Amino acid sequence: MTNTVGEIAGAGAILLTGSNPTENHPVIGYRIRQAVRRGAKLIVAEPRRIPLVNIADVHLQFKPGTDVALFNALVHVIIKEGLEDKEYIKNRTQGFEYLKEIVEKYTPEYVSVITGVPAEDIIKAARLFAGAESGSIIYCMGVTQHTSGTENVVALTNLSLLTGNLGVPHAGMNPLRGQNNVQGACDMGCLPNVLTGYQPVYGDRETDTYWRRLKLEKGEAVAPPPEEIDTSVILADTIEFETPVYKGMSVSGEIRAKFSRAWGVELSDAPGRTIAEMFHDNPTRRNRVMYIMGENPVISDPHADHVRECLEEMDFVVVQDIFLTETAKYADVVLPAASFAEKDGTFINTERRVQRIRRAVKPRGDSKPDWEILQLLAQRFNLNWNYSSSEEVWDEVRKLTPHYFRGMSYERLEKGGLQWPCPAEDHPGTPIMHKGKFARGIGQFATVEYRPWAADTVDEDYPFILTTGRKLYQYHTRTMTGKTDGLNYFLNEELMEISPRDAQALELTAGDMVKVTSRRGSIETKIQITDRVPPGVVCMSFHFGESAVNVLTDPAVCNMSVVSGLKVSAVRIEKA
Amino acid sequence: MGEITFSIDGLKIKANEGDTILMAALEHGIYIPHLCYHPDLKPFGGCRLCMIEIEGRGLTISCKTPVEEGVRVTTENPEINKARRIAAELIIANHYSECLQCARNTDCRLQDIATYIGIEEGRLQRLKRTVRDLPIDDSNPFFYRDPNKCVLCGICVRTCEEINGVGAIDFAFRGFATKISTLKDKPITESTCESCGECVDRCPTAALARKGSERPAREVKTICPYCGTGCGIYLGVRGDRVLSARGDRRNPVNDGQLCAKGRFAYDFVNHPDRLTTPLIKRNGTFVEASWDEALDLVAAEFKEGQEKYGPEALGGLSSARATNEDNYLFQKLLRSLGTNSVDHCARL
Repeated sequence: MTNTVGEIAGAGAILLTGSNPTENHPVIGYRIRQAVRRGAKLIVAEPRRIPLVNIADVHLQFKPGTDVALFNALVHVIIKEGLEDKEYIKNRTQGFEYLKEIVEKYTPEYVSVITGVPAEDIIKAARLFAGAESGSIIYCMGVTQHTSGTENVVALTNLSLLTGNLGVPHAGMNPLRGQNNVQGACDMGCLPNVLTGYQPVYGDRETDTYWRRLKLEKGEAVAPPPEEIDTSVILADTIEFETPVYKGMSVSGEIRAKFSRAWGVELSDAPGRTIAEMFHDNPTRRNRVMYIMGENPVISDPHADHVRECLEEMDFVVVQDIFLTETAKYADVVLPAASFAEKDGTFINTERRVQRIRRAVKPRGDSKPDWEILQLLAQRFNLNWNYSSSEEVWDEVRKLTPHYFRGMSYERLEKGGLQWPCPAEDHPGTPIMHKGKFARGIGQFATVEYRPWAADTVDEDYPFILTTGRKLYQYHTRTMTGKTDGLNYFLNEELMEISPRDAQALELTAGDMVKVTSRRGSIETKIQITDRVPPGVVCMSFHFGESAVNVLTDPAVCNMSVVSGLKVSAVRIEKA
Repeated sequence: MGEITFSIDGLKIKANEGDTILMAALEHGIYIPHLCYHPDLKPFGGCRLCMIEIEGRGLTISCKTPVEEGVRVTTENPEINKARRIAAELIIANHYSECLQCARNTDCRLQDIATYIGIEEGRLQRLKRTVRDLPIDDSNPFFYRDPNKCVLCGICVRTCEEINGVGAIDFAFRGFATKISTLKDKPITESTCESCGECVDRCPTAALARKGSERPAREVKTICPYCGTGCGIYLGVRGDRVLSARGDRRNPVNDGQLCAKGRFAYDFVNHPDRLTTPLIKRNGTFVEASWDEALDLVAAEFKEGQEKYGPEALGGLSSARATNEDNYLFQKLLRSLGTNSVDHCARL
């Protein structure tokens, strides 16, 4: 998030898209309802009729996968009606004229045909958003889990820039992160191409993914990135180096040198694999040895049957977790880890706030905190690791990531969380990003075109669009929530949402079992007949191993982010 | 916001413009009895217990009267005491009085008021009306709703509306029959209630009380392990069991508010299925192993794989559930072993 959770309640207008916060981020859901009580305009752009639609000023119920067209249409209307923030555009951005050209054809009428949203609703939404004192865009995986995920985000960012909503209070671009420390795992460099604080370990371009390179090498067509941005220039301004780095030098080379010195090892510049590539279709390109810590890909990753096969075929798999998960069953060795209540450390939340967690009880049995297990393993490779506390680990992160974390000692964090960047002990942290100036200097409008991009298209054999979501009373693969009887009381089995019209056409009644088949596999699930989904669309959660929706989902990825398009799969439904 | 100076019982008090007299008094450590006031909610003025007198103006309720420059406030005199006593006794007279058996014993706002006014048994008996014996709604797995212990302060109704925003409950019926009800007086689980427990947290009595009344022996300040919002919590602990959680009111992310999972879903910590020892798969089944056996095997297999296929044969999936420190060391280990193949479910 560019802004804080607390600011949401004071927003003038909220554009909520690809997110169902009252179920998945309930406390943020409260903030949105509080904002509406105070007079905020709420625009929900969402294929499903999520609970917040009940209090929305307008619901843009678009066809899954047509996000870019819809957002470009909002931009079109704002420009056509002269509602853009002209002063802001002049002072802080570039590329406006080109954007204007590109969105010219996205008239509400044209986009209405693509998205199924009435033209007048598009116009109403554009006016509400542009007319508000401050406009906050809140989104989640419903925007990113598409083969056009990056383009969706770019189109949304244009809307935010156009209305002068980046770098100001109660506004901004606010992706809601789904897990307690998914932000931290990214910030800590658990991504192939970057170390802590997004310092590139190889490749100096943001869009330089292994996936894209692979395709280019094979001569396959890949979508051009929305705007080629040479991040090395930006990074050279923001990252602090021990020796000066000039334009033209390899930033990643300097970064590798810095970390190699600090760690006492030589770092590789060979591109690493993303999740999608670890379970690659071609066995020769997969990993042979896997270390899986606190993750359950057998249930949570797309095309689950394929993931299982890959794990079975690997030479060696080690899983480190707090329970014997579905994935752990495929392991050769299982290592017992301590839970969040049994260790010290820090999490980073969706608004970049680093917060302390504290050991409340002792680890169960012989289990150990993950970092201790990692250290014991490192010592078996003669790596010179001698951390005696999580604080010592954190201090190393601070030292190697001064532009983000230098100012965040445990001592300071004891008093309360701090939001990165926080580069000095007397720095107050950064509640609102891009204030006055963007991290990259001048704000860039990056144009994107809509294309019917979903790899998995609906046809006669697979006539329904299957989308995925989560439910209030469960969480992810239920490793944790499945152990609370009270939550299971509310929801202990999958209930696929299907519209009354489709249910009638298929002669289904509530609670019936159906067989759902995609181009990858087939599962059985109970149904729930509800107008939360429009005709032609069905929705399942990925909570239940017995009705594992990811057997069906499409592993095709967004070319730039290598995120799978989990939100759109074509399926067929039959009475079981 | 300007600063206002006025007096309470002759003491000079400074308060912010817009504050109420009750807020200013509580801020300065002066207790004025109250039941329906809650700092998170808009003032309601229903219980009439926070009666005060403003010199020259007469009796008024302090929870709805804003502070004004120079006014002189009295919190206790015969007239106030009489009005307050009657209001309090009417509430207490029909309230369940088996305090020792109550989940909220010693943590009850009604007990505070009873203590403040001083109970006279005889007077209470005269005030007692027909005993109410309404059914308890225990449909929700996390909390009870006992209308017999309800004082109709409306805090739950306002919490559901102003904090959560779902508005699942409201006052229903009239006069003596008044109670807090869901739509059509159905069990709470058949309403729009989201089981967030915000009302349970704010109920001044045990009309709304958690199931499982064990109180923790100590509390540990930490962060909720579920979604990315990062709400501050206090885990309630007894021995090595995690019993409960409550919101951290000083955390700016959630201001003490939580959802059903963040408040009630910690059974996994103490669950018997937790992994407690390393396991090695031998002939298709897992057998318990020591740390040395397990880690030696992992290290040997990693080395073998890398020798056979090159360093990039090794790949790792890290965890969006683990700490920064865990994640940092995870990628440090993999990269130190020569591979950049480290990723996690942020890419999902």
